[in-house]
Amino acid sequence: MGIDKKFELLRTAAAIAVALLIGFIVTCIVSESPFEAFGYFLRGPFTTTRRFAAFLEAAIPLTFTGLSLSLVFSAGQFNLGADGQFFIGAVAATAAGIYLDLPPVIHTLVCLLAGIAAGAIGGFIPGLLKAKWNASELVASLMLNYIFLKLGMYLVTYHMRDQSVGALVSRPLKNTCWLPQLIPNTRIHAGVFVLLLAVVFCYYYLYRSGRGYEVRMTGQNIEFARYSGIPVLSVILSVQVLAGAVAGLGGAVEMLGIYRRFQWLASPGYGFDGVIVAILAKNKPTLVPATALFLAYLRVGADVMAMYSDVSAEMVAIIQAVIILLVTAEAFLSTYRHRMLLKEVKQSAITS
Amino acid sequence: MESGKESHTQEPILLMQGITKVYPNGLIANSDVTLEVRKGEIHALVGENGAGKTTLMKILFGLEGHDAGDVFVRGKKVDITSPKDAISHGIGMVHQHFMLAPSLTVAENIVLGEEPRKGIWFDRKKAEEICAELGEKYRLNVDPHAKITDVAVGVKQRVEILKALMRGSDILVLDEPTAVLTPQETIELFAALRALRDGGHTIIFISHKLSEVMEISDRVTVMRSGKVVGTEDTNKVTVQQLSNMMVGRDVELELPRPQSSLDNMGDVRLLVRGVTYARDGKEVLKDVSLKVRSGEILGIAGIEGNGQAELVEVLTGLAKCDHGAIEICGQDATGKQPGEIRELGLSHIPQDRMTFGVAAGASIAENLISTRYKKPPISNGMLLNLKGIFSVCTDLINKFEIKASGPEQPVKTLSGGNIQKVVVAREFSTDPYVIIANQPTRGIDIGASESIHKYLVDATEKGAAVLLVSADLAEVMGLSNRLIVMYEGRVVAHFDDAEATTEEELGLYMLGVKHQEPHEILASMMGEAS
Repeated sequence: MGIDKKFELLRTAAAIAVALLIGFIVTCIVSESPFEAFGYFLRGPFTTTRRFAAFLEAAIPLTFTGLSLSLVFSAGQFNLGADGQFFIGAVAATAAGIYLDLPPVIHTLVCLLAGIAAGAIGGFIPGLLKAKWNASELVASLMLNYIFLKLGMYLVTYHMRDQSVGALVSRPLKNTCWLPQLIPNTRIHAGVFVLLLAVVFCYYYLYRSGRGYEVRMTGQNIEFARYSGIPVLSVILSVQVLAGAVAGLGGAVEMLGIYRRFQWLASPGYGFDGVIVAILAKNKPTLVPATALFLAYLRVGADVMAMYSDVSAEMVAIIQAVIILLVTAEAFLSTYRHRMLLKEVKQSAITS
Repeated sequence: MESGKESHTQEPILLMQGITKVYPNGLIANSDVTLEVRKGEIHALVGENGAGKTTLMKILFGLEGHDAGDVFVRGKKVDITSPKDAISHGIGMVHQHFMLAPSLTVAENIVLGEEPRKGIWFDRKKAEEICAELGEKYRLNVDPHAKITDVAVGVKQRVEILKALMRGSDILVLDEPTAVLTPQETIELFAALRALRDGGHTIIFISHKLSEVMEISDRVTVMRSGKVVGTEDTNKVTVQQLSNMMVGRDVELELPRPQSSLDNMGDVRLLVRGVTYARDGKEVLKDVSLKVRSGEILGIAGIEGNGQAELVEVLTGLAKCDHGAIEICGQDATGKQPGEIRELGLSHIPQDRMTFGVAAGASIAENLISTRYKKPPISNGMLLNLKGIFSVCTDLINKFEIKASGPEQPVKTLSGGNIQKVVVAREFSTDPYVIIANQPTRGIDIGASESIHKYLVDATEKGAAVLLVSADLAEVMGLSNRLIVMYEGRVVAHFDDAEATTEEELGLYMLGVKHQEPHEILASMMGEAS
């Protein structure tokens, strides 16, 4: 293993350790019984089957948005539109699930395709603005998140709403489109297979295909890509469309697997959590499920802690923030790396 | 004549002892380096690029820290952590890339940070007096009223030197000062440096041009791969000895020229007619025409910034010309995208390898395939052929002698010369019809330069048409069959036989003192009357 890989691993581990320590210190400050509270946090996801299942379930949408953001980040595009794409993908799948009459399996596939299409449109808009007018995809995608959220809420409220129910929810999805439950008494559903396909697809796309090579080179150095003859504008556009499709698919999978009606009143926020997932996974699709599980673990642990102790679940936001800061901060542990390097240099000087 | 020679016995004015510096990417830039400079001498510091000269001087000037070693100035151990410290110890530095404010006048730049004041106001008159006085005293003539944007490169350099002198520097470091100068300007600079030395200043002169080192320096320290190879009295060594010390083996100093004559030169591969191009409202290419045939190298000489870079951008598709036509192998290439132009058989070794030539964070393999990732054996339809990539890249690494652990090594961990070899290996691997080489050996060591020259000549002899742009006169004169000179966006001269010209003659065209008539150039180069 090269010094850089070793160091990256060590650095990520150290970042997590420091973050947990800070989380613990905060717990000590706010809690009467910090050890107990922190114990709930760390052990929470493993205490009951239901909690364990909740931990696995939560990783599914995070994996989709994490994959989506890995794609755009690999191309050097800071498109944060995954949140809106995920949301509108769920709305589109709901519409297809309510209005269409199709046999099982086909209905599910059509709903997933509706989610993909809606998400792709969500990626196309900032991609086009960027490729055509060099408009910042960051600003465009963040603004679009609001537009998709409000558009989705409008569609649900005025067109899909179930008038017979007191709360603001859509009419029920037809059971022909449901993603079947995999493990009884949990909400773990067949979307896991869609997820695995998406991971494999993203890996092959990004690391094994010519187009993925174009994407990565554009992200590494756009001037180099242009000079080499890579059509960078079409790369930038197409990767954002694809990323949108993956996020939209995630929204659709979540809807068909977990819910029976559309019932979100705000964005569930998976798009922004996906940023953390992608950054921790270094934009590598194969690592995304692992980092998504890690984040889901923190989340479920925090919920358990909030339920059984006097510490609120928001504590986990502190831990996340510290991890992101330390993992992305170039200088974190760089003196240590320099010492490691000096040692290695001296050693190779002796042996050679 | 050599006033520096009398002071041999005295204590060194500057001693850097046991300096070691390791960069974060693992590069050992300096390893136990000791440099001793005596008062009142011109001390040349030579070595290939990447030998660690500039790093050593950056440490001296407080721009880089070091991991081991001590610095002594006038016998006292000093701790220099910023340029401010260095200046307070009387050390001044003239950088390779000038650090001047272009919109201010010469006088304003010289006094910047130490402005004379009248009350709370800036005393412009006093500043101009100081400036004129300094110029007079050190025989470095400058016009205090001129704006930096309007003055020649040689003048900018004088301003940099005066700036250092005004701050009381008596140890002056000049980093590759002649790289940007014409032969005439170099002569003037050397006269000024000798005057400074005779006035008691100490000068450290960094260079890799050995003829200049022989001419100007009293003593010379040679560095190679981060270590000092030796320090010699200049009059006791020969150029050949110095270059052998620099490279660590015997070096061929003569450049090879492709052995082509008019009769075995083939068809026209690159044809440019009346190309005009404006950038930011300024016309940087004016009616440029040229022709390169199969089997020849056409060199473009000129001081940098006279349109060469823009011409290359237009020819390679990175920019679009406003008027004119470009043909590659008889096919229209005007206004085409870089990818389409590469499809016509053009390769491009870019001037700035870190910006255009490589994706530094990516692996060697990923950098080697960027121009042909869609074609077998790199690709098999939908997917990349990893085995094919590995074997192609391993072959290229061996063939072009890239020093690396394998195709997976990130490019940013390679030395400058090896990074350039990656670029060259990629650009030559597609068997191009036309090669545009822009500063192909800038900033890389003699060994790598030699091989790159050899690849260029070999490719030419096998029938490629090469357009060579270089600010290094020796390179462009030594390699080219024919030469043109660019000045202010125009082709001002064409020499059908590069061997028959001299540096002095080229210098006159480069400075705009002389120019051939446009119809003469067209007639001799394009073989047609205007």
